[in-house]
Amino acid sequence: MRRALIATVAGAGLALTACGAGTATPSPSPGSPITIGVSVSLTGDFSSDGPALEKGYDLWAEDVNKKGGLNGHPVTMKYVDDASSTTQVVTNYQNLISSDKVALVFGPYSSLLTKPAAAVVDRAGYAFPEPAGGAPSVFALGLHSLFFVQPAAIEDNLVSYTKWLLALPADQQPKTAAYATEDDPFTQPQIDKAKSILEAAGIKTVSYKVYPAETTDFTPLALKVAASNADAVILGTQVPDAIAFVKTFITQHYNPKTLIETAGPDQGSSYSDKLGANTEGIMVPAGWTSGSQAYGNPTFVAEYISKYGGTAADISADSAEAYSVGQVVDQAATKAGSIDNQKLIDTLHTGTYDTVQGPMGWDSVGRPQGGVGVFVEQWQNGTAVFVYPPTVAAAQPEYPKHDWQ
Amino acid sequence: MTLVLEAAALGVLTGGVYALMASGLTLIFGVMRIINVGHGALVVLGAYLSFVLWHSLNIDPFVGLVVTMPVMFVLGVILQVVFIRPLKTDREALSVLVTYSIALGIEGLLGYFFTSNYQQITAWYDTASFPIGTFHIAYVYVYGFLLALAILGAIFVMLYRTTFGGAIRATMLNRTAAQLVGIDVDRVSAIAFGIGMATAAAGGVVFGITNTFNPGSHYDLISRLLTIIVLGGLGSLRGAIIAALVMLVIEDVTAVVISPVWASFVFFVILVAVLLVRPQGLFGLRVRERV
Repeated sequence: MRRALIATVAGAGLALTACGAGTATPSPSPGSPITIGVSVSLTGDFSSDGPALEKGYDLWAEDVNKKGGLNGHPVTMKYVDDASSTTQVVTNYQNLISSDKVALVFGPYSSLLTKPAAAVVDRAGYAFPEPAGGAPSVFALGLHSLFFVQPAAIEDNLVSYTKWLLALPADQQPKTAAYATEDDPFTQPQIDKAKSILEAAGIKTVSYKVYPAETTDFTPLALKVAASNADAVILGTQVPDAIAFVKTFITQHYNPKTLIETAGPDQGSSYSDKLGANTEGIMVPAGWTSGSQAYGNPTFVAEYISKYGGTAADISADSAEAYSVGQVVDQAATKAGSIDNQKLIDTLHTGTYDTVQGPMGWDSVGRPQGGVGVFVEQWQNGTAVFVYPPTVAAAQPEYPKHDWQ
Repeated sequence: MTLVLEAAALGVLTGGVYALMASGLTLIFGVMRIINVGHGALVVLGAYLSFVLWHSLNIDPFVGLVVTMPVMFVLGVILQVVFIRPLKTDREALSVLVTYSIALGIEGLLGYFFTSNYQQITAWYDTASFPIGTFHIAYVYVYGFLLALAILGAIFVMLYRTTFGGAIRATMLNRTAAQLVGIDVDRVSAIAFGIGMATAAAGGVVFGITNTFNPGSHYDLISRLLTIIVLGGLGSLRGAIIAALVMLVIEDVTAVVISPVWASFVFFVILVAVLLVRPQGLFGLRVRERV
């Protein structure tokens, strides 16, 4: 009896050890249907980004099924709402992996949610291609299983913009800059890097404010920026604050020479229908634009409009980033001849992969390498177009920005 | 200095709108002794109703109040009769659960019909402004403040100059005694809940013009509204108005003078200090209950 008990305990211990080692991911038989699990933010702070992510994933799943599935496996997507919560996202991935036994997982929205989720996914031995977690703190986890599917690490998003500003003739360059950012791992590293580059180049900082991500009344912050009368305004925003800042600037008749926001202006009509003609001249760092001729992009745009309606201007960059995750995994599965997670991880660490955002590869901790970089997009005549660098520009940058209408 | 004055002026104007939103919450608590944690969702519902009238029928959001306030009043009466009136024991605790369920239901329905995309009501006066010295004030804040003054004034007149207002105040003072003198407290409660929801509709209009919102916006909103009525004194309309003004002015001035990170903290330090001296809030009544 005692021996049987010891054997049982030892067996359970071994089983737990095996789970903890995280190497035993399900291996579906050839041609069998598989499920891919994703935690998406359908409620809470990221509730406008979550559905956009879902649309991108769904569109890719349809495409891959049309051509016979992912390495021959018909794909079904399974989504669970994380309410934009850092604890719920962990529970969701644990459930997707251990209870639902999904074959693969794709990433959620934001660095804030990707970071806690990535640790759980890594422990389970799954690959974690993800569309929106590119903050330095995500790569600092040192996870070999993580792949950030965007053209550059988040902190470098505004580097192209600073290059453009500093390439302007000296007499036209802004002399002063004002910065405001959410204390979010997605926004603040971008602002801090841009600030350090511009300060080193002699552009004086006249205002720098960091505000809590849960802030709901942005008007006093915008007043502070407007009172600084800076030539350049550089904002670390999501959608609500991106709109609120601009509205206060209009109210105050404050017309900076250049205005860039880290997110918001890349959200198509969700942004422009609140500001109308006053989007003119506003910039945003972007790795994707609907007019790009990158691999599969014209097809993606056409299919998106056919499935969800609207126009190309309505497509959120979030959808394109999610679609890119699917493209990358599809190519890796074909290259590896398998959808085994460990094989996918090994394969994704070699070579480059084509996406609607351009080609990309990754270093050992999932930081994008060798991509085409993040560009500068500007609203001109009601559409967001690439304006920098000149190699991809569809139009000349409008500078100084026109006064508000 | 100009910036401080500008932030203080903004705080007063937005404080008026928060006072309007909080007035319904404190009125409902005063009459029914229930904490309506669904009040934020009702404000958001009011914003969506105005959004629909503006977006689909091109009706100015302030003009649309002639439709949305009566609709919300009737909805409030129905909600009170169906969900709140049946609570006979342990009302304060159970009401939190029931009204939270109402909030989740409203959030779910709004999400189904409008998705979770951010919306905002736009009108010519949301960015148009007039100068005062070196700074500008947007018309929408002035209109919102005037609307708040008008509605809060009407509530005060109703409370202190009408027989029905007397019945409401009697119910707020002592529900059992009010019943004993022949006041139909169930009727008073239903109408008070309806009035609370009508004020939520009015607050929702200004909220919907000055903020982007989606079905989940009520969580942030209710936490601010509850803080206001705790500082002002639960059940005190005058307290809610003063507390809303104090909160918004302190937060806005702190945000521009010190840092936005300290804005809420400074307010909460003041809140705790006030509650240490006056646990019932600025204008709340100390009630001794026999248990």
